[in-house]
Amino acid sequence: MRVGLFVTCLADLMRPSIGLAALELLERAGCEVIFPENQTCCGQPAYNAGDRHTARDLARKVVSEFSDVDYVVIPSGSCGGMIKTHYEDLLGDSPDDEAKVQWLSARTYELTDFLVNVLNVDSFDTSFQGTITYHDSCAGLRELGVKEQPRKLLRSLPYVELKEMPGAEQCCGFGGTFSVKYGDISSRIVDLKCDDVESTEADALVLGDLGCMLNIEGKLRRRGNHKTKVLHIAEVLTGRNGEETE
Amino acid sequence: MEITSQDFKAVSGAKLKDEKLQKALFQAKDGFVVSRAKVIKDLDNFETIRQAASDVRDHCLAHLDEYLEAWESQAKASGTVVHWAESYEELNALVVKIAQDNQVKKIIKSKSMVGEETGLNKYVEGHGIEVKETDLGEYIIQQAGEYPSHIIAPATHKSKEDVSDLFAEKHQRPRLEDAEKLTHEAREILRPHFLDADMGITGANFMIAETGSTVIVTNEGNGRMTTTMPRVHVAISSIEKCIPTLDDFALMMRLLPRSATGQVISNYVSMTTGPKREGDHDGPEEFHVIILDVGRTRVLGSELRDALRCIRCGACMNHCPVYQNVGGHAYGWVYPGPIGSVLTPAYNGIENAIDLPNAATLCNQCGVVCPVKIPLPDLMRKLREKQYEKDLKSKTEKWSIKLWAYLAVRPKLYSIVTRVMARAGKMLGGSSGQIKTMIFAAQEWTKHRDLPTPRGRTFRDIYVNNKKVNKR
Repeated sequence: MRVGLFVTCLADLMRPSIGLAALELLERAGCEVIFPENQTCCGQPAYNAGDRHTARDLARKVVSEFSDVDYVVIPSGSCGGMIKTHYEDLLGDSPDDEAKVQWLSARTYELTDFLVNVLNVDSFDTSFQGTITYHDSCAGLRELGVKEQPRKLLRSLPYVELKEMPGAEQCCGFGGTFSVKYGDISSRIVDLKCDDVESTEADALVLGDLGCMLNIEGKLRRRGNHKTKVLHIAEVLTGRNGEETE
Repeated sequence: MEITSQDFKAVSGAKLKDEKLQKALFQAKDGFVVSRAKVIKDLDNFETIRQAASDVRDHCLAHLDEYLEAWESQAKASGTVVHWAESYEELNALVVKIAQDNQVKKIIKSKSMVGEETGLNKYVEGHGIEVKETDLGEYIIQQAGEYPSHIIAPATHKSKEDVSDLFAEKHQRPRLEDAEKLTHEAREILRPHFLDADMGITGANFMIAETGSTVIVTNEGNGRMTTTMPRVHVAISSIEKCIPTLDDFALMMRLLPRSATGQVISNYVSMTTGPKREGDHDGPEEFHVIILDVGRTRVLGSELRDALRCIRCGACMNHCPVYQNVGGHAYGWVYPGPIGSVLTPAYNGIENAIDLPNAATLCNQCGVVCPVKIPLPDLMRKLREKQYEKDLKSKTEKWSIKLWAYLAVRPKLYSIVTRVMARAGKMLGGSSGQIKTMIFAAQEWTKHRDLPTPRGRTFRDIYVNNKKVNKR
């Protein structure tokens, strides 16, 4: 099974261990993982900024880069949602593009969804120990239906206890450029999210999206919380702590 | 109503710091969200009902002209006087004319958002006619000289203490603290007005084409008194509220109270079909319906059409993380929250509400709770596209995106730039692993939170390097 890994621009730049973890999870499950080295961004920032033309250019680029794989797997609900649920709106007006987009969106999966529903993976090489609370990212949850998948994976880990926070489905206030254009409001929303995270006293906040991750971790640290680890689920499933660069 | 949506940033900033408001918003949020979730869970086929309602509303909009004409002929047949108003001024003038023709001195009014749009109270009062709001929330804000912050709970921004102070001042009676006692006092004050008003004004949640009726869905009983006690009743509504049949109405009623207040059914559902008939014990001698357009026809033919499906339950705002924290007044017009962020620019011009479609995280919480499946984030994005086309977007945002995209379509250059950013970012963060201050647009990020640093190398570089090592 040829699986294209779309690592996402944020993971590539900010936290490569997420990409390495996703690669390891897929390879361990027997996938032949293809990483198209020219990949950059899915176009979501431009799309949400109303710059349709630029978003289309980037969408076309992604479509052509992943034209010869059986699946595309993405360690992000947000970029996954972009490809799976919005590319058709962007490129659907050209019959040629439309067919390619439909082909791609049918093969595109968020990582945990792919692990649970396509690969049926249930054992992991991780020594992670402790209590975890899981934050549902908006696009993963509401565009892709990612809810039970990560929880199922986390529950399969022998030394992990899952502790749900109140309002796990509530937005963290990131929203891309929203976080800087409406900084005051964004800050209030993520403060409330941090309250919810801390109320569980979990050792780690685990999630599946880079935007939420940078936002919530940044806020926790600013609040003086240096204790709660903030990890991507792929990092947890492969025993990574997020620091790795090799 | 005058639009102040362009002040969104400044007003929302002040609202975030208003502790009393924050307390009131927090309580309201809990009430609405929790009670809705409970009653929705009791329905075993919520999604099916939701789809059916969305389909009915779409069908209405596709055949709106036919249903409006059908409604009009049924309404006329039962003695209703039907008026059409293309503008706010026209609607207001019609109300005053009807009042003057009937020597009306006092009007009692139950809640109407269309009336808020047209600024009806101010206009009518300007013609020497007294208007009393009778919905408790509307009464409170009328006393306070404010306007609604929520479409079904107009005074939700006020705390009980605010109301205690307000009533003590306006009623000139001892200050009460108990909510029930406060309600009783308002009721006592309002009762004589019901008895001696010459005219009642209501809105209409729906107009049913099959029967020519207007319907209001209420909880306090003031609506029923407004439609039945005064000798003249005027219902004001807008064209998109028309639905084909009573069955369709029953379908909407499975969703509206549940989505709005978390009730299975509202306390009152009042249907008005013509004025008092011979032998009727009560009801108005004259029944007028004024149907407003103002922008609806234009929106009907636009990409924002889905917004006209709205049945005004307020669920989108109740569940919106932005509304929950800034309240309705920040939005600067009649309809706050996600639906307001679409309707306000749609009706008033996109250049008059630049912030609204942008001040959203696009989390789609609104979209999933909407009982008629309005794709609110998609509509906000459409508005952003319109702003972009008209060059109304912020220059910083526009050029940041352009620069990013310039790199993103040039992978070689992109890989070099990101390599440098990853290294520089790591150095900036130092041993703490967090960047504390940044410059330019990014300073807004570090004003509120740290930025976890990059790890020094991009995934691409690590991957390519590992591949080389493995080959060796």
